[in-house]
Amino acid sequence: MGNKVLFKIARTHVYAKRKQSIIASLGVTFGIGTFIILMSFMTGLNGLLDGLILNRTPHVRVYNEIQPSAKQAISNSENYPSDKFFHKIESIKPQAAKSSIRNSLGIIEGYQKDKRVRGITPQVSARVFYKSGSVLLNGNLLGINPEEEARLFNFDDYVLHGSPTDLKNNSNAIILGAGVAKKLSLKIGDYIPMVNPKGKEFKLKIVGLFQSGLAEVDNIQSYANIAAAQSAAGEGTGYFTDIHFKLHKIEDAAPLANELEELFGVHAIDIHRANAQFDTGTSIRNLITYAVSITLLIVAGFGIYNILNMLIYEKMNDIAILKATGFSGSDVKRIFIYQALLIGFMGGSIGLLVGYGMSHVIDNAPFETEALPTIKTFPVNFDPMFYIGGGLFALITTFFAGYFPARKASKIDPVEILRGQ
Amino acid sequence: MRKEELLKVRGVNKYFHDPTTIQVLKNINFDLNKGEYVSIMGKSGCGKSTLLYILSTMDTDYEGEIELKGINLTKQSHNELARIRNEYIGFIFQFHYLLPEFSILENVMMPALKLDKYSRQEIEHRAIEKLRLLDIHNLAKKKATQISGGQKQRVAIARALINEPLIIMGDEPTGNLDSKNADTVFHLFKEMISEFNTTLLIVTHDEDFANRTDRIITMSDGEIINL
Repeated sequence: MGNKVLFKIARTHVYAKRKQSIIASLGVTFGIGTFIILMSFMTGLNGLLDGLILNRTPHVRVYNEIQPSAKQAISNSENYPSDKFFHKIESIKPQAAKSSIRNSLGIIEGYQKDKRVRGITPQVSARVFYKSGSVLLNGNLLGINPEEEARLFNFDDYVLHGSPTDLKNNSNAIILGAGVAKKLSLKIGDYIPMVNPKGKEFKLKIVGLFQSGLAEVDNIQSYANIAAAQSAAGEGTGYFTDIHFKLHKIEDAAPLANELEELFGVHAIDIHRANAQFDTGTSIRNLITYAVSITLLIVAGFGIYNILNMLIYEKMNDIAILKATGFSGSDVKRIFIYQALLIGFMGGSIGLLVGYGMSHVIDNAPFETEALPTIKTFPVNFDPMFYIGGGLFALITTFFAGYFPARKASKIDPVEILRGQ
Repeated sequence: MRKEELLKVRGVNKYFHDPTTIQVLKNINFDLNKGEYVSIMGKSGCGKSTLLYILSTMDTDYEGEIELKGINLTKQSHNELARIRNEYIGFIFQFHYLLPEFSILENVMMPALKLDKYSRQEIEHRAIEKLRLLDIHNLAKKKATQISGGQKQRVAIARALINEPLIIMGDEPTGNLDSKNADTVFHLFKEMISEFNTTLLIVTHDEDFANRTDRIITMSDGEIINL
């Protein structure tokens, strides 16, 4: 009840100084609105860019790689033990190993039921040449399980015209890289002749076009089902060159990769090692967004501070009267803090609305780019946490902006004011 | 009427330090009883107002002891003094100090809303009663900036009465009023005494007014020369 009077006085003051109050709250509106727009847009864009890489990148990738021969002839020499001599002669060349993963079916079966794993897809990579008359283009035909790839790695997002499931039961079908299709003037329904490195020629029917947004991929990569790729590589049904793991939690990637390397003697790389630059980019972009928004709000805070300071000078008499009639210093302080919060609340709520409205405008603004075939408008992140955080921050900033002038008001000596008149 | 002590002032000294130290109050001692009607007279600058500010608990920078209703005011915190001022002391300024953004009625209600003893309706009712006593109840809805100086002064008096304080202190409360209205105020104070046993301590230059009070305290150069 006692607070109600103080609040009423604060409200009356704010309404009486309508113009100044509106200007002060516009500062907050501007700060919060910009904060919301910046955060929504930047994190939306971040999410899109991250997704571009992360969504289609396996959390753990198992593959085979040519390695230098570990044991060199010199290490057999008793005269030059390796603990005393540095072995520099490496005359034994890397062994020509099959690029297929040993025991690939065992790995898949063993981990399919693992709690950390969301899904596993094997892939077959076959080197091919796309043929057009006498022209041969370098290419890579990837044999995939189209349904699983779509489920785990959003494969369908990058397939234009046609659907990945068309590959499923058709060993003569291919989803061709958009760059290849453009170079060779091919369209859906056409047959594309190809040659594998061993000289075997074959034709596949184009059922879709694939566009990742990365030109160097789109000019080379094409997709077929696993059986088609195995036959293109001239290998049998047990031949897999890659196994891709998608996990529930990305944090499990590194331990799982180590585990796979130890248990199966294969190469396994986790997403963090493969895309280390990525995390850094994201966190720096976030940092910049926060820094800009907070700066804006602090500037708005100074506006409130200024206006309240002026108000207190104008209200010296009123403060003296209030004190003379029995309002204490802390009552007076509260009156001015209420005023600051009132301004912050009004400006902040309008700012949230403006931010929300502008985010919608941006969300509907057309944004079409070659690189991102499935994106038609700007990406915006409508995370409610931004709105909660922005609202809280508006109140906190205005509280502090109001606190110092209010404390000054609470210390005003009524006698000095009354005597001065 | 039974004599009951309300205010006790003992050895109060007060100095101003700016620009040089001057003693403005010199060893002030006096008592006030409940229901007494006392005026303070003296030339300008003799320390009457300063004394009044000290007694009203607003000025705490003094030497000596003051007791109100047995409470030693010298030892209280600022917040406690504000509460005492709110409940027990009604103060009327030399110039009608009203809050300009509020209506007359709200101005009068303000100290009672702070005291928070009665409901809002009750306070409003009481405020209108006080305004009626001063014959300004028809102005209740007007803003403080829309009325004349004399009317403002009467509003300020109504505000001082709203919490039915133990003591009303006035710094020339009738200075801005014509003789008819000054008369009304004088009688209103009289009524307060008979109805609530209120004590009145009024600084005034108006000798007619002073002569009609129970007692005149005369001050000169910071000293009481006549109790």
